[in-house]
Amino acid sequence: MTTHSTLAAPPAAVGPARLRTPHGGSKLERRRQRWGWLFVSPFLLVFALFLIFPLFYAFGMSLFTSTLATGTKFTGIDNYVKAFTDPLFLEGLLRVAAFAIVMIPAQLIVAMAAALVLDTLVTRLASLSRLFIFAPYAIPVVIGALMWSFLYSPRFGPGATLFDLVGLPTPDFLASDTVFASLVNIVTWQWSGYYMVVIYAALRSIDPSIYEAARIDGANGWQTAIRIKVPMISSSVVMVITFALIGTLQFFTEPVVLRNIAQGAIDAAYTPNMYAYSLAFSYSQFNYASAIAFSLGMLVFAGSFVFLFLTRKQSGLKS
Amino acid sequence: MKSKILAATGVVAVAAAALTGCSTGEAEASCTNEIRKPDATQVSVWAWYPAFEDVVDLFNESHDDVQICWTNAGQGNDEYTKFSTAIESGSGAPDVIMLESEVLSSFSIRDALVDLTEFGADDVKGDYTEGAWKDVSSGDAVYAVPVDGGPMGMLYRKDILDQYGIAVPTTWDEFAAAAQALKDAGAPGVLADFPTNGRAYNQALFAQAGSVPFAYDNAEPTSIGIDVNDDGSKSVLAYWDQLVKDGLVATDDAFTADYNTKLVDGSYAIYVAAAWGPGYLGGLSDADSDAEWKAAPVPQWDPANPVQINWGGSTFAVTSQAKDKEAAAVVAKEVFGTEEAWKLGIEKAALFPLWKPILESDYFRDLEYPFFGGQQINKDVFLDAAAGYTGFTFSPFQNYAYDQLTEELYAMVQGEKTSDEALDDLQGSLEQYATEQGFTLQ
Repeated sequence: MTTHSTLAAPPAAVGPARLRTPHGGSKLERRRQRWGWLFVSPFLLVFALFLIFPLFYAFGMSLFTSTLATGTKFTGIDNYVKAFTDPLFLEGLLRVAAFAIVMIPAQLIVAMAAALVLDTLVTRLASLSRLFIFAPYAIPVVIGALMWSFLYSPRFGPGATLFDLVGLPTPDFLASDTVFASLVNIVTWQWSGYYMVVIYAALRSIDPSIYEAARIDGANGWQTAIRIKVPMISSSVVMVITFALIGTLQFFTEPVVLRNIAQGAIDAAYTPNMYAYSLAFSYSQFNYASAIAFSLGMLVFAGSFVFLFLTRKQSGLKS
Repeated sequence: MKSKILAATGVVAVAAAALTGCSTGEAEASCTNEIRKPDATQVSVWAWYPAFEDVVDLFNESHDDVQICWTNAGQGNDEYTKFSTAIESGSGAPDVIMLESEVLSSFSIRDALVDLTEFGADDVKGDYTEGAWKDVSSGDAVYAVPVDGGPMGMLYRKDILDQYGIAVPTTWDEFAAAAQALKDAGAPGVLADFPTNGRAYNQALFAQAGSVPFAYDNAEPTSIGIDVNDDGSKSVLAYWDQLVKDGLVATDDAFTADYNTKLVDGSYAIYVAAAWGPGYLGGLSDADSDAEWKAAPVPQWDPANPVQINWGGSTFAVTSQAKDKEAAAVVAKEVFGTEEAWKLGIEKAALFPLWKPILESDYFRDLEYPFFGGQQINKDVFLDAAAGYTGFTFSPFQNYAYDQLTEELYAMVQGEKTSDEALDDLQGSLEQYATEQGFTLQ
């Protein structure tokens, strides 16, 4: 159990303290709590200033409607009704859902395969490979996307040369039907290394004597990997998927950068986040943009909550 | 607990005030240029003209009571995004801002700009052509002072047209024939590009056939006329759609690295451009070393009744957040109000002046451009184009209108829509948007 999950450990530690103070507790306890608040306060301040306050502010804004011609008035939840019947927003949601279905398994498979292979290797080559697979994550997202936009460019990119070698016509990586795959490729390239490191770290924390036991029982390398290692790191996998899910639903930077060279294929409402951005900053509809952003936030929250609930066994949130 | 939350909120408020106070104070201090006379009133200016620092220095040296504090806050949309956010938050905007004439209505409807008629706009009205002045005014109000313009002409590669024995087209029919001839001759490039994200460029092409997409007047700010699917626009778009279908023109996105290279490496033999186009070409790399550029008037639909068109052009507006509006108006009127400033603007930044004293001068008319092998392009092309331009009305949601136009044109070149359907759908989406925004349709 202890190697299984760090998430499960804290409740066990604070459990006894909680039990003693159901209704406020002794003077000592209260003083201790006061010190606790003091230590937490720097974080709380930043948290309130940069998260809670803007959140309430945005929610407040989303309850008003401001039009170019007639000014601002209070309209309650009208903006939310409009958002969930807005074809541009709904299409964007479907698109990020499609991205989630393709992109998350792709990243997970690459990360898992790399981690499992590196875990069995103990040569110097292994640590070097680990570094190289991780390297894309160290590149800022905007720079990475810019770099790929040059690689995809029909003029500057290596595509023409490579496809000429095998005698095939060069595909247009930025046409409306190929740009989806091009984006999946950028994200997978960038994030797989990071997830690989998370999974690799989890693999390293498994007690090697378990492998010995498996070997004695007659398991080969493949069986050890699939039947022993993968189930034992399920909590890390759940974490990786949660990160990837949240990131994908908020998909923004890569399509925005690629939009500079493919304005037809990637429209201003390509993802819900991009839609909120262009509503606010290109079309000056700050109120409706807040409603879109808030709706997206609620969906992301609900999505991750449902996912964590369904995987509560694997993640160790519930034993 | 409650008191603590209240205390925390108080801290937040104080911190927020400190942050905003800090940012406005900083904007004043950080000028790109050096302030020569620190005691004079300072006016902050956002602008992205090339070689603008020299113009600012010139202004500051010749004025004792006003000094410009200049910042480059990004080009076009980058600057507008910052300005838009500053308007929404109520602070952070500069005193004077460079805006393209096409976005003036979008900002004046948000009360972001000062009507300059109170600050002596009429004093300088006589210095500009009627078309240029119409672009900065709405009804009786004047929201900016014109700076440079974009009368359109046709820049072409003489070496390429000569090589394939193609005459310089003067009408759009000849233009289509030339495109066919170039293809038949087996040239590696095409005659020209039809960018679906050309925005103002596409609109200018429609305007040549009589399109008047918007009717809007600030005196009656809740009423707008939209007519983007008129017969003129439809015939223009059908013409380009046919060229695209026949593979006679490219459909590359404009303003990308690919496009910039193709402009100067011979992939397109003709660049239908504004007067600032030569300056744009001059700044691009990977150019053909033996390229021979010439300028000619823009092709016409009816050579008997030539129609001149405009693409782009910029102005200086005074923002409603300006602290000293009087001083700001002086800056807007006088930055580009001298011959010395304009000589810098023309020779270093390749701007096309709208200020008449220089526009109508012999110096400007006879200026020889080395990029065009010494051709006097102003005399040959752009002065006529500028004189024939009668002004244009843009919508107060121009950015949205352009984004929609790009989407429809893209759908057309992808073969999903005919040219007529594309423009009819554009009309529908703009009408719906205008209604949602509280406008009544005329």
